Amino acid sequence: MFNFKHEWIETNIGLLLVLTMLAISVGGMVEIAPLFFIKGTIEKVDGVRPYTPLELRGRDIYQREGCYLCHSQMIRPFRDEALRYGHYSLAAESQYDHPFQWGSKRTGPDLARVGKKYSNEWHVEHLVSPRSVVPQSVMPNFPWLLTTPLNISDITERMMALRKVGVPYSLNKQEYDANVKKFGAKTAEMLNIADARKNLIKQAQEENYDGDRSNISEMDALVAYLQVLGTMVDFRKYDDDAFVKYR
Amino acid sequence: MSQDKKTRQAPQTTGHVWDGDLQEYNNPVPDWWLIAFYISIAAAVGYWLVFPAWPIGGTYTKGFDTITYVNDKGVTKTTHWNTRALFLKKTNEAVAAQKPYYTKIANTPFEQIAKDPDLNSFVISAGKALFSDNCAPCHQQGGGGKMGLAPNLTDDDWLYGGHFTQIQQTITNGRHGYMPPFKTVLNDTQMTELADYVLSFSKVPVNPASAQAGNALFHSETAACYYCHGADAKGRTVIGSKNLTDNIWLWANVPAAQTVADKENVIKNVIYHGLDKGVMPAWKDRLSADQIKLLTVYEHDLGGGQ
Repeated sequence: MFNFKHEWIETNIGLLLVLTMLAISVGGMVEIAPLFFIKGTIEKVDGVRPYTPLELRGRDIYQREGCYLCHSQMIRPFRDEALRYGHYSLAAESQYDHPFQWGSKRTGPDLARVGKKYSNEWHVEHLVSPRSVVPQSVMPNFPWLLTTPLNISDITERMMALRKVGVPYSLNKQEYDANVKKFGAKTAEMLNIADARKNLIKQAQEENYDGDRSNISEMDALVAYLQVLGTMVDFRKYDDDAFVKYR
Repeated sequence: MSQDKKTRQAPQTTGHVWDGDLQEYNNPVPDWWLIAFYISIAAAVGYWLVFPAWPIGGTYTKGFDTITYVNDKGVTKTTHWNTRALFLKKTNEAVAAQKPYYTKIANTPFEQIAKDPDLNSFVISAGKALFSDNCAPCHQQGGGGKMGLAPNLTDDDWLYGGHFTQIQQTITNGRHGYMPPFKTVLNDTQMTELADYVLSFSKVPVNPASAQAGNALFHSETAACYYCHGADAKGRTVIGSKNLTDNIWLWANVPAAQTVADKENVIKNVIYHGLDKGVMPAWKDRLSADQIKLLTVYEHDLGGGQ
């Protein structure tokens, strides 16, 4: 009869390596891989679009400063979370996020729907000195965002990289036309890689997120990003159980 | 310290010898642990049958368990167990429990709500939660406001009016403060005169002649301050222009300025640069009309309501 001996594995480094890799990939294979094949993982919903160049740079700064270490962007379908943050997050809402900002470890509040909740002025004041507006806050100060000019020299390269992993930033007429059809002409314009720098400057100047029109600071980009979070889907258009069928 | 029988036995080794003398103890996990482990594996099969579990091609096994909920259209639906349906069921049950209160709030005139003790206690508890999450970041806990950011909601000064309907309008659609910059219109002396005129209302000992000149300028077509702030300088709630006579300050931090010259300067700074701030977001997309009405009553009763 077949007599298994532990020693075989322990004395054969190649076999140990292969079996270890098999064992640790089981979780991913049964829990993650099927999601790529299950229809309805990403809900069909209107309004979700890739970030504009300015929002994209804001997202980079969000990641650079480690905001995600304390703030998740995933409202779970629990009553307490919905009461505080709004509608639970849809997978569709982070379909253009690479990487996504989900999580359940929160030192600060969830930010999935912080967009348009507070004014730009509040965000600027809060980022420079959180305790000036929220006395009990433990968030660090980020005063340099207001004084550091935004580096936009590599914005096209950043969009090209995201395009490679499937974000529909357009490089040619055909892709642009597809975006017009999918997102509308105004949004398609913002997703055009060739006009990235021009669009970024235009949005920063028009919206004046940091309250200072004389330059484009990192604050402009970060506030632009924060103000769009969770605002793309208009949930009033849907019944409250419209997204139950996807689960 | 365990004096278990097994631990007193001489340690068994696995029999492997590495590098000539390196051995490995063989300490199997206790039987009770192993049995519990196998039971938990067997229990997983039960979970697979009851809850959504195994992926099959483009779909997955849904499990036997079901959830019945009533959606916002009043339609009763039954679906396989999932967290979104469970959430909807729990939420809509809680919403239904609060509904009598919200219906009553919707159907009761503003003035009557606080007079109903039951309704008033609901307004205070629900209002506090809504206010803390949505309003307090700017207006601060208790509604005291913050200099240079958001007005005090507990005093008698109201930019856009402190009557119920005005507060409701403010919360529903939001606000955006604006004052044009006068840096190209007025010179430094003129701005000082205007500042002195404004400060004279608050009994600040300014140069009376300068304040008198400011008075004239205020009502002249050159500065035309009275267009927005009114001939009596008491502001107009229709456009949210500030009452300049009540010694309550939002944009010019007069209380913190020590000397008369400093007080003049903080006011001149506002006149010079103008204002393009004081943005309050619209809440109609985030809160229901009933919640806004509840918050209106809550804020009105914080102390300053008219």
